[in-house]
Amino acid sequence: MKVFKWSFIAAIFAYLYLPIGILVINSFNASKYGYEWKGFTLEWYAKLWENEALTQAFLNSLLIASLAATAATIIGTLMALALHRYRFPLKATASSLLFIVMMSPDIVLAITFLIIFIALGIQLGFWSLLIAHITFCLPFVVITVYAQLKGFDKYLLEAAQDLGASESRIFRLIILPLVFPAIVAGWLLSFTLSLDDVIISSFVTGSSFEILPIRVFSMVKVGVSPEVNVLATLLLAISLLLVTFSTLLLRKKYTHD
Amino acid sequence: MNRLPILTLSHISKRFAAQEVLSDFHLTINDGEFFTILGPSGCGKTTVLRLIAGFEQPNEGKILLNGEDIAGIPAEKRPVNTVFQSYALFPHLSVFDNVAFGLKMAEVDAQNIAVRVADALAIVRLSDFATRKPHQLSGGQKQRVAIARAVVNRPKILLLDESLSALDHKLRQQMQLELKQLQRQLGITFVYVTHDQEEALSMSDRILVMHNGQAQQVGTPREIYEAPRNLFVAQFIGEINVFDGEITRALGEYQYQAMINGVERDIRCDHRFAAGDRVHVMLRPEDLRIDCRPNVLERKGFPGVVLERNYTGQTLNSHIRLENGQAVTVHEFFDEDDPDFDYSINQKVGVDWVPGWEHVIPAERSGQA
Repeated sequence: MKVFKWSFIAAIFAYLYLPIGILVINSFNASKYGYEWKGFTLEWYAKLWENEALTQAFLNSLLIASLAATAATIIGTLMALALHRYRFPLKATASSLLFIVMMSPDIVLAITFLIIFIALGIQLGFWSLLIAHITFCLPFVVITVYAQLKGFDKYLLEAAQDLGASESRIFRLIILPLVFPAIVAGWLLSFTLSLDDVIISSFVTGSSFEILPIRVFSMVKVGVSPEVNVLATLLLAISLLLVTFSTLLLRKKYTHD
Repeated sequence: MNRLPILTLSHISKRFAAQEVLSDFHLTINDGEFFTILGPSGCGKTTVLRLIAGFEQPNEGKILLNGEDIAGIPAEKRPVNTVFQSYALFPHLSVFDNVAFGLKMAEVDAQNIAVRVADALAIVRLSDFATRKPHQLSGGQKQRVAIARAVVNRPKILLLDESLSALDHKLRQQMQLELKQLQRQLGITFVYVTHDQEEALSMSDRILVMHNGQAQQVGTPREIYEAPRNLFVAQFIGEINVFDGEITRALGEYQYQAMINGVERDIRCDHRFAAGDRVHVMLRPEDLRIDCRPNVLERKGFPGVVLERNYTGQTLNSHIRLENGQAVTVHEFFDEDDPDFDYSINQKVGVDWVPGWEHVIPAERSGQA
């Protein structure tokens, strides 16, 4: 029974991670086509470095991801605070609308954005891409920060007020330190989401501003080159790092009752 | 002891949406007293506390603190501090920083803060815990930090919202004693909100009993317990037996003859009644006596049978059903001279009391005389 159990688990993990593992291994494989192991090499990494179009796309991606994540984090945090702190009309509607954005298939969002940008006469490129990325990152930030806020004793803010703290001091000394891990986690999550988005980006960006996932997508149409393996490995490493970091941040919870 | 009023609430009304929680509510709290607002949940007691703290503003009425109307002043500017039911300690701050929070807000200088926080922690016996975080403390310790965090600001009034209800029974009793001592030591007016009548009786100088947003009675624990003004107060504070009666004639000032359960009895009370007035004659279980003499003609009091008897260690609690069907509870202390003191179930007994121990109020509900 025990053997069965372990082999089952092993099979699942193999199914999940074998393709990724092969990809990573191939990025170090001296064989160009990757059907066999021809020895360890860093050649493809060097080649990638020399590929200007790719590195430019990569830099563009980093720029969009960090701008979109920052904007989404600021707007999303403010929104989460408003949802938590104030009673206002249509509050329930506002929060469920966020879920709709989160749940919508990417293709639906992509088409919506495209229609809006065309209708408004916004040229597809940097700005359209940035606006779209901020939008789809936003609900994730709101939900992360709001969950953290909800986890705290609702009388904390009243206690601070009772002890003489003004609204701005309550925000600075109580709310901000308490939700800071969630804010950082929200940023990291947004960054990752933005960095690897293909569908929405391919609809809303033009030839003037190319980002990495789209560049890669057009590269693999003519066959998987070793550089793509290298890129994928790097992206994987970045994503893993960020996700791990954000998980660690959120795990540092304060126990309270 | 004559004390001056420190806080007066007058003509207060408070509505939440369509629901009126308080209407034309009045309250006077004296300087330096331990005042308890007691009532079942939903009676409006927490609203009164929140109005005093400034978390809620009244729709109408005045809140006078030392003669000054504070009704429009927000919570952060009132010289009043609150100990929350959930303690509401700041989880990211150490015990020291929690206690120092109010002083920092008041821009007290660092040196002074250190001294006052140390004093406050010493009072609640937590001097060694200054560097701990709240999640490293036990329930009782958190409670003490919450108290220290409030009293360190030297408030005019300290508000405590069901502050002991999260603690277990034994710790709660210990904290009751500590709170009472702390209040004497500091000389600050305490306003304590609770639904626990035992807690209210044991700690307070005065108690306000509330029900449905109305003040039912204000008085010392003794007055509330021994001379409840109405049926609600009588039944909410401890156990009580209520006999319905009718005044038959006046015997003198505050002395009447009344027909109770078909028996004529002399009663004493501080109300004025006329013949024919219906009354409630109320007796605490410990004020009743059981007459168990075997001869029915010798037995005094209302005849009945023993339904159940419980041994509690200190007292023997008997449940008697009277002939008219009314159930009565009697608590009797043990008599050292009579070690076998007990009743058997279904034993026929009489239920009586020492004349003058009854408390009589005008009838609120109809009943047979």
